[in-house]
Amino acid sequence: MTVRLIRRGVVGVAVAALLALSACGGSGGDAGSSPSASGGTKVTGKVTVFAAASLTESFTTIGKDFEAAHPGTTVTFSFAGSSALATQINQGAHADVFASAAPKNMRTVTDAGNADGTPTTFVKNQLVIAVPKGNPKHITGLADLTKPGVKVAECAPAVPCGAAAQKALAAAGVKLTPVTLEQDVKSALSKVKLGEVDAALVYRTDARSAESTVDGVEFPESAKAINDYPIVVVKDSTNKATAKAFVSYVLSDKGAAVLTAAGFQAP
Amino acid sequence: MTATRRPRRRLGTARAPLALLLPAAVGLAFLVLPLVGLVVRAPWRTLPRQLTAPGALTALRLSLETATLATVVSVALGVPLAWLLARVAFPGRRVVRALITVPLVLPPVVGGVALLLVFGRNGLLGSWLSDAFGVSLPFTTPAVVVAESFVAMPFLVIAVEGALRGADTRYEEAAATLGAGRWTTFRRVTLPLVAPGIAAGAVLCWARALGEFGATITFAGNYPGTTQTMPLAVYLSLEQGDLDSAMVLSLVLLVVSITILASLRDRWISSS
Repeated sequence: MTVRLIRRGVVGVAVAALLALSACGGSGGDAGSSPSASGGTKVTGKVTVFAAASLTESFTTIGKDFEAAHPGTTVTFSFAGSSALATQINQGAHADVFASAAPKNMRTVTDAGNADGTPTTFVKNQLVIAVPKGNPKHITGLADLTKPGVKVAECAPAVPCGAAAQKALAAAGVKLTPVTLEQDVKSALSKVKLGEVDAALVYRTDARSAESTVDGVEFPESAKAINDYPIVVVKDSTNKATAKAFVSYVLSDKGAAVLTAAGFQAP
Repeated sequence: MTATRRPRRRLGTARAPLALLLPAAVGLAFLVLPLVGLVVRAPWRTLPRQLTAPGALTALRLSLETATLATVVSVALGVPLAWLLARVAFPGRRVVRALITVPLVLPPVVGGVALLLVFGRNGLLGSWLSDAFGVSLPFTTPAVVVAESFVAMPFLVIAVEGALRGADTRYEEAAATLGAGRWTTFRRVTLPLVAPGIAAGAVLCWARALGEFGATITFAGNYPGTTQTMPLAVYLSLEQGDLDSAMVLSLVLLVVSITILASLRDRWISSS
């Protein structure tokens, strides 16, 4: 009796393990990127861009514009917290371009010798307090976040938005205990959209991207925690010509126009 | 366990065909190598310092506590559920059984989203909880227990239902003819009969709860001391590029799992 039981259990565990395996498969970036693309000078083929979560909307637009400007190219993105992306690149994930939301996470990659050349700062971004539409808790500044009954989501300190949040809070002399430390800015924003928290410290651009459900409350201390966004071609890129073309496109007037429209500031 | 030894056919070990032996060896290596890799690559020199870091111990304590509470919840609710499935022929029993196994095959992150939509502040039950009692579940330690129970309870229900079906119902019938009510029969006859099955299910349930990640990070969030369990700590330290810390935390989970398995092996896995 017990034997059969255990066996049933083991099957369950095996099923669960398989599921877990298949569920994890997608997280390591796009490993199947084209090795066929020439490493030469032609701008063609596939290019994989690892970009900070806060760039999701603007880079998706830029990617489409780039593909239209260079027929025969495909841009695929992996958006996540900059710290996670830096770790993945250093662990050998296939990426052609890395765009970080802070110089610190870029340094993780350059220090490991995984960047091709020197990173270029392409935009600046600063924090706002994202609150549900209409600001039901009447939050006007960082000090209001410590009021009883106000739940706040913050990014984890290793992620650029979390580091910036800590800097801004220190500048304001506010001691805040958030209810959760999210792994990237978009998951912090989601908690506001879902109504599970009353406020989250996110970038101005994130609040703007969700302006139908979220209001962004500006606060003066965010000026003390402005993030520079660097971009670089990854050393092990198998399609450097296209990767370089993409970086140039981001730095071009057309790229800058998309980024400015999203709420980013010029470097 | 008390069964008399049956004469067993001797198994020929020398005659295993290569066509089976080879994939079997690859399969074994596939399962064992990653664990070996973890042990080999672990930063043994800095291990004591990493282990006693306050963050690691807090996460371990929280993990052990929540997994144990989730197991208690699962036993309290899962055993009656298993009994109902095994002993009462009600209409729609098959559907109910299928529904119970859904969390087993559902990606845990989806489970976390579903829990948010029901128990979140604006959720179906959550908004009522919040209005009536001022209780809000997400981002609290109880939320971790809820997430773990949601994912782990099916393991227990399936194990206990199997045990109940395998148990000899004549004892229960005998108890009934001697005048025992159904509750007394359940308490005095059925429970002791399937106790090993409940224990095995509870162990599986506990192990699953200990490893829970997706539903927890989605529903309970991540904050050290309240909701950051070991798997979350492993994931976040890896994301932050702190490989040493991630390996040490993983090693601790590995040791805990193997210890549990080893200490229970003789008691419940006595098949050979």
